[in-house]
Amino acid sequence: MNHLPLIIKREYLTKVKNKSFIIMTFLSPIIMIALFAVVAYLSQLNNNTERTISILDESGFVSEIFESTENTTYIILNNISLSDAKSLVEENEEYGLLHISSGKDISEIEKTIKFYSEDTPSLVLITSLESKLENKLSDLKLQQIGVDIEKIKTSKSNIDIAQESFQGEKTSKIDNIVKLAFGGFAGYLLFMFIIIYGNMIMRSVIEEKTSRIIEIIISSVKPIQLMLGKIIGTSLAGITQFVIWVILGGVLMLIISAIFGINMAEMQSPQQEMMQQAMQSPETQMQMENVMAAIYNLPLTNLTIAFLLFFIGGYLLYSSMYAAIGAAVDNETDTQQFMMPILVPLILAVYVGIFTVIEDPHGTVSTVFSFIPLTSPVVMLMRIPFGVPIWQQLISLGLLIATFMFTVWFAAKIYRVGILMYGKKPSYRDIYKWLKY
Amino acid sequence: MKNALETNSVSKNFGDFTALNNVSITVPKGSIFGLLGPNGAGKTTLIRIINQITLPDSGSILLDGEPLQPNHMKDIGYLPEERGLYKTMKVGEQILYLAQLKGLSKAEVKKRLNHWFEKFEIGDWWNKKIQELSKGMAQKIQFIVTVLHQPKLLIFDEPFSGFDPINVNLIKDEILQLREEGATVIFATHRMESVEEMCDDIALIHESNKLLEGKLIDIKRQYKTNTFEVGLITDNEPQLMHIIKSKFDVSPAVFKSLNTDLKLNIRLKDNESSNELLAFLMSNAQVNHFNELVPSVNDIFIQTVKNS
Repeated sequence: MNHLPLIIKREYLTKVKNKSFIIMTFLSPIIMIALFAVVAYLSQLNNNTERTISILDESGFVSEIFESTENTTYIILNNISLSDAKSLVEENEEYGLLHISSGKDISEIEKTIKFYSEDTPSLVLITSLESKLENKLSDLKLQQIGVDIEKIKTSKSNIDIAQESFQGEKTSKIDNIVKLAFGGFAGYLLFMFIIIYGNMIMRSVIEEKTSRIIEIIISSVKPIQLMLGKIIGTSLAGITQFVIWVILGGVLMLIISAIFGINMAEMQSPQQEMMQQAMQSPETQMQMENVMAAIYNLPLTNLTIAFLLFFIGGYLLYSSMYAAIGAAVDNETDTQQFMMPILVPLILAVYVGIFTVIEDPHGTVSTVFSFIPLTSPVVMLMRIPFGVPIWQQLISLGLLIATFMFTVWFAAKIYRVGILMYGKKPSYRDIYKWLKY
Repeated sequence: MKNALETNSVSKNFGDFTALNNVSITVPKGSIFGLLGPNGAGKTTLIRIINQITLPDSGSILLDGEPLQPNHMKDIGYLPEERGLYKTMKVGEQILYLAQLKGLSKAEVKKRLNHWFEKFEIGDWWNKKIQELSKGMAQKIQFIVTVLHQPKLLIFDEPFSGFDPINVNLIKDEILQLREEGATVIFATHRMESVEEMCDDIALIHESNKLLEGKLIDIKRQYKTNTFEVGLITDNEPQLMHIIKSKFDVSPAVFKSLNTDLKLNIRLKDNESSNELLAFLMSNAQVNHFNELVPSVNDIFIQTVKNS
């Protein structure tokens, strides 16, 4: 008799109705977004402090480059000694004093620039002052040696190598970054999914052992049905949780940005000024268009199908291992020694994926790892956006399915014996013996 | 009469350890069958094989004359020794789930549950979680789960361990009632005295071998020693003792009595009858205790182990 639907239903409902599951589902996106909002708010608060900076420019070269903004007011001091200027700034409780001494040439001037302040000044502020001064002084130096600055500016070249495959497929650097982001996201998502919900399956198996109900259940259903039911039921609960997270996260993000959005535009800290300038430049707008184009250029159909297949295959492969571990032990603390065979290939997959796929998506290492079943789901998902021949995907998937079948058979054997073993902490040797029972 | 269950030369090894060695038992239909033996004898392994939880290495099993197959799971009700329920699940949902796994429909479960809830006076438990129940209450639920699908064969592994005396009686009555309704019952236990009174048939298992099997009454007859326990009241103890000793095989006996002077075990020879003994005693003293010593299963077991 097929009890699989019944078992899946129970596993799903118990998970979904569980209080801590519900709390986790609704609270974690709220906590995440709230944290994000708090950090954004705090840094905004930090940047909003208004600063007044006095500038004593004895050289007379640079004072005109300082234009006051909403948050930073520059006061240009004239005909005053350094010590008077210092006491004046201190008296007026200004943020600090920038002193540019006179010198016989620019090289000498640049060495003597100093900033005086009550406390250690903000790093961002100093960097912004430095870049302002550097630009101006470099220009001055060039002028001194008789170079036309306009000519320099027009002679600057900006290279973006256009890439095209022999088949005429055009790509660009941005394409690659987008592909990397897609692949990396898919691989990492699978990794997280396996860790979170694999553990959940394991705990649910242990729970059946510790509550001693397991023998009653398996006098009604085959252990493999129970195991598969558990894996599928928990996964469905996991997908439910994930979907709620995505929806809730999206809605909250919208609300938050609606509340804070206007404020963000008003923020006028030095780095934001720079960013805003950059955003408005036509170059960036073109880049945004390129990103969109790159996304459209991805092999989306292949990506979606492969994502589903490799995701399911990889997840089932690992979760059956988790179920077997749960069956072998009596409590969660005993699981540590058996986690290695799961975590090592999984972490290896993520690192190999990230490092070798960036280096060369079709290189030997990344290709080999995208065939080895324990690492293939993650690595292949990362490679696919770069265009992997279908035959490679099929072989990898075939290997994955074959290994999955083997692992389920293997896990079911351990499961079958393990669930009836109480009170003893098994070793790898014991488990090997169980296979022959 | 057909047999409810037959196992033919069932063997099972776990690595180097032999759990069952060519064990054959026959459980007649409608009987209460005691599967007896000390801890680790192989009882639970045999029961798990019958429940298709473990596969035998060799041998075959017939349920109602048919070779055991997955479909038979719903014909068996099994209360394992290691038993429990989902702690966080509600009583009603839990029974519903477990009974559905045995092939009952939702409506059927609810109908039958009413009967049991009324019987055990637990009608308002439907929405309680198992972790809110006491151990005795949980045991009632476990029992209901075992019998709700009205299996032809009921198997109880150490049924009374951990049950309080009230529940033991309640469940003994229920089991007898189920037998009346046509079920066959197997008890597995190492506390032989606890089920002796209920069993029609027994099998003794020791160190993975079956030592003995048959109708309890036949086995007892086979092992009886024709010994009678007597209590006598007399004025002249030494003289009486002397007279009896000259005629019968006598040993001292131990039992509780208020005013007995002489307590004896008297073993009769094959050609002597209990009436002759009684008449002889009555003519010499006042008899206030006369009882045939029937060997307990425990005695039989110890004797069998010694002889094997």
